[in-house]
Amino acid sequence: MQTPRSFEYERATSVDHAIALLERLGPEARLVAGGHSLLPMMKLRLAAPEHLIDINPLVADLSYVRVEGNEVRIGAMTRHAELLASPIIAEHFAILTDAEKVIADPIVRNRGTIGGSICQADPSEDLSAAFAALKASVLIRSGTGERLISARDLHVGPYETAVGPAEMLTEVRIAIRAGSGSAYEKVERRVGDWAVAASGAWVQMSGDTVADAGIGLTALGVAHFCSPEAEAVLIGHAPTAEVIAAAGAAAASITNPPTDQRGPSDYKRHLADILTQRAITRAVARALGRN
Amino acid sequence: MQINVNLNGTEQSHDVEPRLLLVHYIRDVAGETGTHWGCDTSNCGACVVWLDDVPVKSCTVLAVMADKHRVTTIEGLAVGGVLDPVQQGFMECHGLQCGFCTPGMMMTARWLLDHNPNPSELEIREALSGQLCRCTGYHNIVKSVQWAAAHPATVGAST
Ligand SMILES: Cc1cc2nc3c(=O)[nH]c(=O)nc-3n(C[C@H](O)[C@H](O)[C@H](O)COP(=O)(O)OP(=O)(O)OC[C@H]3O[C@@H](n4cnc5c(N)ncnc54)[C@H](O)[C@@H]3O)c2cc1C
Ligand code: FES
Ligand code: FES
Repeated sequence: MQTPRSFEYERATSVDHAIALLERLGPEARLVAGGHSLLPMMKLRLAAPEHLIDINPLVADLSYVRVEGNEVRIGAMTRHAELLASPIIAEHFAILTDAEKVIADPIVRNRGTIGGSICQADPSEDLSAAFAALKASVLIRSGTGERLISARDLHVGPYETAVGPAEMLTEVRIAIRAGSGSAYEKVERRVGDWAVAASGAWVQMSGDTVADAGIGLTALGVAHFCSPEAEAVLIGHAPTAEVIAAAGAAAASITNPPTDQRGPSDYKRHLADILTQRAITRAVARALGRN
Repeated sequence: MQINVNLNGTEQSHDVEPRLLLVHYIRDVAGETGTHWGCDTSNCGACVVWLDDVPVKSCTVLAVMADKHRVTTIEGLAVGGVLDPVQQGFMECHGLQCGFCTPGMMMTARWLLDHNPNPSELEIREALSGQLCRCTGYHNIVKSVQWAAAHPATVGAST
């Protein structure tokens, strides 16, 4: 039986309280949200924090999906199942609905949170790629104030984020842009598993031309979960089969996927190309209202 | 740490270590052994219980997180000695062999039917996709849930 190492347990009553606890308890303290990444790591003793600060009591404040002005805001404690069920998300960001359908399984999705997922920064994490494609921003709170950074800059490296030891991610923000569409394509070996490879695309159309685009990649060893190279191929051009093929090739060219039990590196690079092409094709169709 | 858990309608109070997992609390501390524990990787779903009416993998939740919350396990499904239709369905359709996965399957199936009384076969398979059965090949589990959908409860956990 695997049991975590002993730790002290605290329960946060507000975001300020959580941050004050992080400041007081120091670097050996960790927040726990859904616990579906952290607790398995603690059971395996890959993580052994001395203090756990439970932020589940903050669900009342930090679980929401709402439209404010021209953006959608998602609270950090929103569970995967809530994002999947959200009509606001389905209307504006189909890429997130696509992704949530294939993140883990329905029971895990009842507990895992959006904030926990992107702060875990697992190199195979799905929402990190989807938010990178959407050019989302994240709000990070500390004892002295708040800062808004791009979701792409949140990821410093595998399992490493720009969130400091006494900071907490509280919200994800995504601009609603007219004439845009998005889609997510993932290959997994069995239902509920992490991606062998996945690609997400977001495009904003101006007439027949791609005015702006975002390409997100996961499980492919790509820095910041995105491919500016593929985006550059698309922007300013009509999304013809040739242009989309060139974007797929550009995305694949920057990947550096590990060979592991989910497949060999060259297979994953091939998937990066094909899945990017499929995601762009579907995103364009959605942007043009041809689902 | 002292925790108070409403387990299947009964208030329980225990002093537990923060690292105790909810599944071990339910089985070893509260003594309700219907909930099973089958893996260390959050994959098998034998441990599924409801935390405040939402199915969760109790091996991936701390017992202290259930403090002042409601937990419903397989022991809470039958009411007044009358089996829930899901339990009856598993009997009618031979939905179990060794029975190890069964408590978790039933908790998820009951929750599904409470929210979607007439699920398609695909919806049933999707709902149960986070839970493993090494015996039945899933076919009879799906049929058991369909049987329960066709014979809704007059009494039960959901009413
Ligand atoms: C069986 C299984 C299959 C899975 N499959 C997939 C999959 O296919 N794709 C996928 O993307 N994910 C998958 N996951 C991961 C799942 O989505 C997790 O629930 C999620 O990644 C972590 O969210 P959490 O709320 O459980 O975070 P926790 O485990 O609570 O926390 C993770 C990390 O983030 C930190 N943290 C949490 N919240 C905050 C915050 N607000 N601010 C700052 N730091 C914070 C914690 O301190 C910790 O370091 C799977 C998990 C399991 C158990
Ligand atoms: S015991 Fe296997 S998922 Fe909980
Ligand atoms: S009946 Fe044996 S594991 Fe499902």
